[in-house]
Amino acid sequence: MTADAGGGFTAPRLELRQITKSYPAVMANDGVSLRVMPGEIHAVLGENGAGKSTLMKIIYGVVRADAGEMLWNGRPVSISNPAEARRLGIGMVFQHFSLFETLTVAENIALAVDGPFDLEALAARIDAVSERYGLPLDPGRLVHSMSVGERQRVEIVRCLLQEPELLIMDEPTSVLTPQAVRGLFETLQRLASEGCSVLYISHKLEELRTLCHKATVMRDGRVTGMADPARESAAELARLMVGRELPVCTHAPAREGGAVRLEIDGLSRRSDDPFGTDLEDIRLRVHGGEIVGIAGISGNGQQELLACLSGEQPLARAQAARIRIDGREAGHLDTAARRGLGLAVVPEDRLGRGVVAAMPLTDNALLTAHRRGMVRFGMVLSSKVEAFAGRCVRDFDVRCSGVDAEARTLSGGNLQKFIVGREILQKPAVLIAAQPTWGVDVGASAAIRQALIDLRDEGVAILVLSEELEELFEISDRIAVIARGRMSAARAARGTDMEEIGLLMSGLSSDAQLECAHD
Amino acid sequence: METATAIFLATLAAGTPLVFAALGELVAEKSGVLNLGVEGMMIAGAVLAFLVAAETGVLWLGVLAAVLAGAAMAALFAVVTLSFQANQVAAGLALTIFGIGASAYLGLDYTGVALKGIGPVDIPVLGELPVIGPLLFALDPLVYLSFVMFAAVVWFLYRTKAGLVLRGIGESPASAHAIGYPVIGIRYLAVLFGGAMAGLGGAYLALAYTPLWVEAMTAGRGWIALALVVFGTWRPGRVMLGAYLFGGITIVQFHVQAIGIDLPPQVLSMLPYLATIVVLVLISRHAGMIRINAPASLGMSYHPAA
Amino acid sequence: MIRLEPRPRASKAMRYLSPVIAAALTGVCGVIFSALAGLDPLDTFYAFFIAPIDDRYGLGELGVKAAPLMLIATGLAIGFRSNVWNIGAEGQLTLGAVSGGGLVLLFYDSGSAWLLPGAVVAGAIGGMLWAAIPAILRTRFNTNEILVSLMLNYVALLLLSYLVHGPWRDPEGFNFPESRLFPDSAMLPVILADTRLHLGFLFAVAAVAIGWVFVRRSFIGYQMRVAGLAGGAAEYAGFNRARMIWIGLLAGGAAAGVAGICEAAGPIGQLLPSISPGYGYAAIIVAFVGRLHPIGILLASLLMSLLYLGGEAAQMELGLPSAVTGIFQGVLLFLLLAVDLFVNYRVRFKTTVVEEALS
Repeated sequence: MTADAGGGFTAPRLELRQITKSYPAVMANDGVSLRVMPGEIHAVLGENGAGKSTLMKIIYGVVRADAGEMLWNGRPVSISNPAEARRLGIGMVFQHFSLFETLTVAENIALAVDGPFDLEALAARIDAVSERYGLPLDPGRLVHSMSVGERQRVEIVRCLLQEPELLIMDEPTSVLTPQAVRGLFETLQRLASEGCSVLYISHKLEELRTLCHKATVMRDGRVTGMADPARESAAELARLMVGRELPVCTHAPAREGGAVRLEIDGLSRRSDDPFGTDLEDIRLRVHGGEIVGIAGISGNGQQELLACLSGEQPLARAQAARIRIDGREAGHLDTAARRGLGLAVVPEDRLGRGVVAAMPLTDNALLTAHRRGMVRFGMVLSSKVEAFAGRCVRDFDVRCSGVDAEARTLSGGNLQKFIVGREILQKPAVLIAAQPTWGVDVGASAAIRQALIDLRDEGVAILVLSEELEELFEISDRIAVIARGRMSAARAARGTDMEEIGLLMSGLSSDAQLECAHD
Repeated sequence: METATAIFLATLAAGTPLVFAALGELVAEKSGVLNLGVEGMMIAGAVLAFLVAAETGVLWLGVLAAVLAGAAMAALFAVVTLSFQANQVAAGLALTIFGIGASAYLGLDYTGVALKGIGPVDIPVLGELPVIGPLLFALDPLVYLSFVMFAAVVWFLYRTKAGLVLRGIGESPASAHAIGYPVIGIRYLAVLFGGAMAGLGGAYLALAYTPLWVEAMTAGRGWIALALVVFGTWRPGRVMLGAYLFGGITIVQFHVQAIGIDLPPQVLSMLPYLATIVVLVLISRHAGMIRINAPASLGMSYHPAA
Repeated sequence: MIRLEPRPRASKAMRYLSPVIAAALTGVCGVIFSALAGLDPLDTFYAFFIAPIDDRYGLGELGVKAAPLMLIATGLAIGFRSNVWNIGAEGQLTLGAVSGGGLVLLFYDSGSAWLLPGAVVAGAIGGMLWAAIPAILRTRFNTNEILVSLMLNYVALLLLSYLVHGPWRDPEGFNFPESRLFPDSAMLPVILADTRLHLGFLFAVAAVAIGWVFVRRSFIGYQMRVAGLAGGAAEYAGFNRARMIWIGLLAGGAAAGVAGICEAAGPIGQLLPSISPGYGYAAIIVAFVGRLHPIGILLASLLMSLLYLGGEAAQMELGLPSAVTGIFQGVLLFLLLAVDLFVNYRVRFKTTVVEEALS
């Protein structure tokens, strides 16, 4: 541990003074100051929307600050684009990777490396670096064929090739299994011991406490505190981050013996998308009155499974029995017919899928709730639509300027409350929710999780797909894992732990594991 | 043998304007910009090529004017779609309608005027070789230029870093922006190149293929060029082959009559358009191939601030 | 420093204002253009925009040219709203004239009162059949409907050309490529005395009304709006994409087909090798300038009709070619697209702006 946070005589690797950046509707960074020493792993902690990502983009030169000063190794610098940042020795691994699907690993890396364009020489350098840091990569592979973890490796190797003095990692573990997280931490600690500083952005408290030497906490664009994460408790950090105690969602175990309301029986499907995942023999039963969580790293078949279950990709008629809703064959039905059987879905993407950004909440209520008497003789009954939207806004505490507010003017949390509310108010038999609280603030997350639990207690069968293990363990009664298009047997959440689920997430190839999927 | 040579040369000539326009559009589309205004840029190139050549008597000045005219038209499109983020489909249509109107206006006094067009080069010895002489060494200079442009586009796209950057931008402008490339600026260049090439295609029509100004003389070739890019699944080699295939279909109508098949001329003239539809249908069935080769961001507006 | 920044929400005012601004700027361009061409701008402006409609006949002509534009644009807008890009209206119009006109020529001497209604229906069916080709290729093979519908424009024109040069040529027409003149029973009645304004104008107004109900009130209209704004949301909600493609293309095809037979059985009175001065393309511009809204389309079609009349007047009085109409059409659409930037962006003169976040 080489964190020399005292200031001493060493100049900080990076120092920010009063960085300010505003967008038309929000103040993203408001007088943010920060100091990272050489060899220090420095956490920047904050909720979604606290301004962490904007701050990192300013450091990396993607975004320009409106005001403020930046010092690099003691000298004032002005970074106007990422190429300059890279020349100074700053590397960045983006949360949503900045990779190009149809290009090879070497081509992807070449795009971010200065110097002559020679893919073969570059491939040799990639091999050398990946060997040295234990990050195996095949330079000739196309990125679209790679898993999320491998893609992150590409990004990291791309940075390491520049021999950076500061590495920025934006929410790097949100896509990794617990085991892969440990591997990543080893790499980062090794880099730090070689003198490279790391800026580590996260909202996950526990992992910061094991990895980081210092933490700067942000809320609403401002710095709300500095802390030594190893010494503070998670609750203490949470208070700095959220401004109050973290709400915890508790619930009694599910009642046993509910009827099977959603049954997936040997569902296999080849993906239409050449970059997609094929589903293989998926089996799962969800009973009324329970929440089943599906864990998995993104890109392992979740999207394909969701499309099969929602009806966006209906199966052939011969396979109708592969999916049953309340006992009725539904595999061949389209979305509308399945909704008629009592299915409701909360999609992963909110803007552009769950709602239409440029339409008011009324029109967005009509999107899926039109079956509830809102259409007669092919014409829309606007008074019914308004009443429904109003009820949704009231019952689910959606903060907005009114039911005629355009969806895009709502915050992520309020938008998600609206979508979840819209689906719940349709009194579903089965509710499927993908990433229900992704990118949602803590308050809204708690409200959404509570709403799901209340719905469960009314006897609805709920299936939640999520990449956040913490969330799944908080609300699920049983948990199954999807990996490479196959699904494990669901096990009781109280009888398993993150370690076991994490192992399953990293791959279900052995026969033994497959067999248990057929219990 | 004589006929075969004639057919070969006619096919080459009929395909060449398509080669220029389609390769230019290919580069623009590889950067993620769908410019449906090829027809408009091509006809603008054709009219200016003819006008300048007729006024100055210097054919090459006409070619230069066509390149500039095509690029200028493309610049209009680029400002509206790239800087102002307008719908690319609508802007492309506007460009075509504007180009056809403007060319008809500019060319009014030249309608029906003929010109001594660009003829074959005169290479001693090689040009006189039997068989391959007329086939390879006695073509007109613009045809040679189309070969050079083909090689240049292939080299640029697949052998240079700039080409890699261009492909990357077409695949994911957001990623390219995040690692520091000026997405809008590079797209401007790609669109301007597309315009210049469409202009060249127009120049070939007006100065070499039929050195004569006729209103709307491009007759949908710009649209066929657009279809060729899809047909060639965004790969220069296939696009070029497609262009010659269409050149062949275009001249079939003359030869069908020669061998005594009696079809109305209108029906024969439909052939290239019907063939375009057929090849589009054939290629559309290969969704996977299209997904892998088509630029993922094609036709979508991108603005870094958004 | 002047800079552009995104508005927190789209400006409603600018949405309605920008077509007006674009039209005004097109006028300014016209003045500059005429000055460059060595003409007196005021005279040109008068000749172009005022003189054609300063009497009853002129107003009738305004309606005569607005009718097909209004009709077609209303049909096209239904597809455009859901990102179904039918740019084959010119061909669908031609097929409408061919099938309606074919019926008239077939029952030439019947004198039946049903001939005209039959021809209009046949025109609609012809346009729809022509539009069904891109629809079926798009829904079955996912073939780009832009290119297919466009290619069919050329095919349709060649088909018409073949017919009037060949089988349908008027035997007493001195070998001119044109059909016999339609009998009176097959001609659309004039609805305003001393003008050429015919029943087709009322068809167009009716189409606007139907379009309004479809867009503002019907559930399928809503579904198509969703599909146009966010394809993902339409998929999620389970709206049938193929049905939208069919409706979008057939609406445009039917409208264009009716417009085609109304031209043949209206102002033209027979089949000629060319029965439309590019109405099928101009209607695309009308649809955009009218913001894809029926009322907007009604106004925009009058503006576009005036551009046509102005072009004709300029041709006769100033010796300008009619092609200037095309130039102005292109300029108008370009300017509209450019001005539309300010629907979502605004100009600011400061470097930093702090605003309250929207709740």
